Amino acid sequence: MVIKKKQKSLPHKKYKPKLAVFKFASCDGCQLSLLDCEDELLAVTGEIEIAHFLEASRRVLDGPYDLSLVEGSITTPHDAKRIRDVRKISRTLVTIGACATAGGIQALRNFKDVKEFVSLVYARPQYISTLATSTPIVEHVPVDFELRGCPINKSQLVETISAFLQGRKPQTPTSSVCMECKRRGTVCVMVAQQMACMGPVTQDGCGAICPAYNRGCYGCFGPKETTNTESLAKWFLEMGMKKEEVMRTFRGFNGYAPEFRQESERQEMG
Amino acid sequence: MIAINDRESFTILLKVLQEKGYTVIGPTVQGQAIVYDKIDSIQDLPVGCGDEHRPGGYSLRKRGDGALFGYVVGPASFKKFLFPPSQKLWQAKRTKDGFDVQKEKKERFKMAFLGVRPCEIQGIMVQVQVFLKGNYVDSHYQKRRKDNLIIAVNCSEPGGTCFCTSMHTGPSAKAGFDLCLTEIIEEKRHYFVAETGSPGGEVILKEVPHCEASASELKHRDQIMDKAENLMGRTMDTSGIKELLYRNRDHPQWEKIAQRCLSCANCTMVCPTCFCSHVTEGTDLTAQDVQRVRSWDSCFTSDFSYIHGRHVRHSTSARYRQWMTHKLASWIDQFGMSGCVGCGRCITWCPVGIDITEEVRNIRLGSVPNPNDSAKGVHDEND
Repeated sequence: MVIKKKQKSLPHKKYKPKLAVFKFASCDGCQLSLLDCEDELLAVTGEIEIAHFLEASRRVLDGPYDLSLVEGSITTPHDAKRIRDVRKISRTLVTIGACATAGGIQALRNFKDVKEFVSLVYARPQYISTLATSTPIVEHVPVDFELRGCPINKSQLVETISAFLQGRKPQTPTSSVCMECKRRGTVCVMVAQQMACMGPVTQDGCGAICPAYNRGCYGCFGPKETTNTESLAKWFLEMGMKKEEVMRTFRGFNGYAPEFRQESERQEMG
Repeated sequence: MIAINDRESFTILLKVLQEKGYTVIGPTVQGQAIVYDKIDSIQDLPVGCGDEHRPGGYSLRKRGDGALFGYVVGPASFKKFLFPPSQKLWQAKRTKDGFDVQKEKKERFKMAFLGVRPCEIQGIMVQVQVFLKGNYVDSHYQKRRKDNLIIAVNCSEPGGTCFCTSMHTGPSAKAGFDLCLTEIIEEKRHYFVAETGSPGGEVILKEVPHCEASASELKHRDQIMDKAENLMGRTMDTSGIKELLYRNRDHPQWEKIAQRCLSCANCTMVCPTCFCSHVTEGTDLTAQDVQRVRSWDSCFTSDFSYIHGRHVRHSTSARYRQWMTHKLASWIDQFGMSGCVGCGRCITWCPVGIDITEEVRNIRLGSVPNPNDSAKGVHDEND
């Protein structure tokens, strides 16, 4: 008769969700925001296993990953395939930054013929394999949450990760930059100084930095919910701006976001 | 009625307030605007500074005199000091079997508001009604309002977007102040006629050099204030306004406004009576620490009308209608007073210059007829 030895139970080990960071066509600024979380980074690594983050570590753990942060837009056939692979190994996929959520500044190519650019820039254009457009991730695969900004806001990133860990909705406002300007007590640069400002049609998230330094908002966080770009553009024209200038104002880092794109096209055609 | 002579006495007034432990908050020039902030000395006041208000436009101008209160109103009202834009309500830490609410440090707010315009006094009174009257008292507002001293300055030169006479809130303050001043600049004299409105105001005035105002000084004040009534840049016909707006939920003008309105919420942020807020509970990464924070919000955002799985006010027209109807009509049912004080901020600081007084006129123009009027008409005919 074999007497089974009573097995000692293993000490309970907390499961740490695996985090991956992937980069597509982008400047890396958004993923650097994660490294920039100096105060919070220790807490992050205490709660989450950084499994794939080439900007921070050579160590790569295999997927699947619980949370994938995706930076950058899709500009090449290779990337168009790679994002589908990333989606397959990601339980939750969050896109970060204007490139990933709206195509980024490189989406300016979408308004022109990319072949012309290639022939002007490269000595041997035949080596360049690129798509005609720069498109946001959501045009290629389903996305669970989009974190806007050029670059993203550090606190919003920590909030998104916290919300993911606790299984709640991230608290990231979709209302205008104006609301944050007023909360922080900045005097409106458009009303008091007749500066063109994208604040009334742009989503808050940056904390309304530019108007606090006497500049109009550039629209880095993309269109707010329920935008009225047409009315704002009309006011810009009444302020004395030329159509071309109004067109360029809407065609910035988020120029390919549908609401801004439609307005810049309206100005270009009209 | 008392006259405070010259600016020297004004310096003493500031000193008296400071010695009594008040943080004096009043007008300063910051950047391109009048901003209410901490005042340490008379130099902090906008000496010789005036302002121009028009729909969607604002600018400062030099007056060419030494007026201390020669502007109309600042972009932001005194609201931000009594109802801060963002405020921690409480904080808790997780424990083994629940959570512990952290004890807050006791803060004492002893603020003296200087240069409060009559419309702003009414703005504070409206918020007092909202936060402190009725069954539920907002303790956070109460804490800030408790030791609050109001030194009003009558509005002798209303601006281009002002309509306080229509709302019966100005340009002269009738009540709600501890001390009320009228600034008078004559060729060789610069003085204030003062009126006390509370025992607190009397105590302050006692310590400032003053004399009994002469008949000619009082006459001059009355002339200035009579003139001011006719300087309003705007008017609003408020007759039957509650019924007017209730009757016109489907007025085509709401859609027309929506073509211009940016739903950016600037009007509600600058309004001295708008009190909407949202409350968020934030956790840190480890979920050991939680904070409940209240921040200004607005009926112009979609999230604000998010109820049980959906937004109830999708369109900008619905949001504008909600704001204006609440402000001018349902506010009366809810709080027994209008939510509009006629300060004109929503007109000046709307980035595209939407004018609430003009929109009331537009609603009147194509209004659904008042059933009582027509009933009366029929009755008359039968007679």
